[in-house]
Amino acid sequence: MELSPADRRLLDALEGGLPLVPRPYAVLGERAGMAEAEVIRRLAALQAAGVVKRLGLVVRHHEIGYRANAMTVMDVPDDMVDAVGERLTRAADVTLCYRRPRRLPGWPYNLFAMVHGRERGAVLARIDQLLDEHGLAGLPHAVLFSTRRFKQRGARYRAAAA
Amino acid sequence: MVDIQEVPLDALDRRLIEEYQRDLPLCPEPYAAMGEALGVSEEVVLDRLGRLQERGVLSRVGAVIAPHRTGWSTLAAMAVPQERLDEVAELVNACPEVNHNYAREHRLNLWFVVTAASRERVADVLAGIAGRSGLEVLDLPLERAYGIDLGFKPSWS
Repeated sequence: MELSPADRRLLDALEGGLPLVPRPYAVLGERAGMAEAEVIRRLAALQAAGVVKRLGLVVRHHEIGYRANAMTVMDVPDDMVDAVGERLTRAADVTLCYRRPRRLPGWPYNLFAMVHGRERGAVLARIDQLLDEHGLAGLPHAVLFSTRRFKQRGARYRAAAA
Repeated sequence: MVDIQEVPLDALDRRLIEEYQRDLPLCPEPYAAMGEALGVSEEVVLDRLGRLQERGVLSRVGAVIAPHRTGWSTLAAMAVPQERLDEVAELVNACPEVNHNYAREHRLNLWFVVTAASRERVADVLAGIAGRSGLEVLDLPLERAYGIDLGFKPSWS
């Protein structure tokens, strides 16, 4: 889907989130210069096209007790990585699964899966189980738990211009 | 993560989190529609969402945009000497283009996401951080995302 200037204005207006008022789409429309009905119509189309992956509550894991946040990285042969990524992402506790470039020699990993849990030991056991189930245990991998959060908020594509 | 307290949630908070991480109603009064589905008033829904935001449980009620559709972003990593971690994390946080920034257990111990309107601007931000810190910054842009982002399905303890 090609984004129109109106779509872009709407997505910009949405960056800080939806206002908590009875008619939030009308407020977005005022910010983006369009009617409430057009906001609703465009958001539905943007969701259908996958530009908006989801519209709803964006939850911070730590605050609801999911304190063990494990970025699990693997070095998967290039001809296998997409199939492995598609399979891993179906596991309920894998929240995000991405392919990224290796940066040799220091960074040999090309597949990233986020696994969140309440407790570190259980997350590590779950990751071992996932690697086993998918026949990945023999591949080079690492688990990077987060130890401190310095910043977490929504993306702001226009931050520099604001 | 020792510096963030778990926030106690009641049954209504949990239902909001379970049911509305996606598919927020697309009708003129979405919070009233949510209240109707949950058996509470619009006022209660608005009050709850406001408090969940204030307490940091929600980063926002809003949209998660697919990567690289309205701009560019990358995941960046740095190997920061332990005694400089606070200083470098602060320097990274100071960039308005940085939206996530975490310390992780690895030789590469600082991981952050940079988002901007263009690929060039993201590259400038990374170069700026490298220049100001005197440290190398690894650029690991997303090549492919697998699956659909369904949000997060908690099991309450």
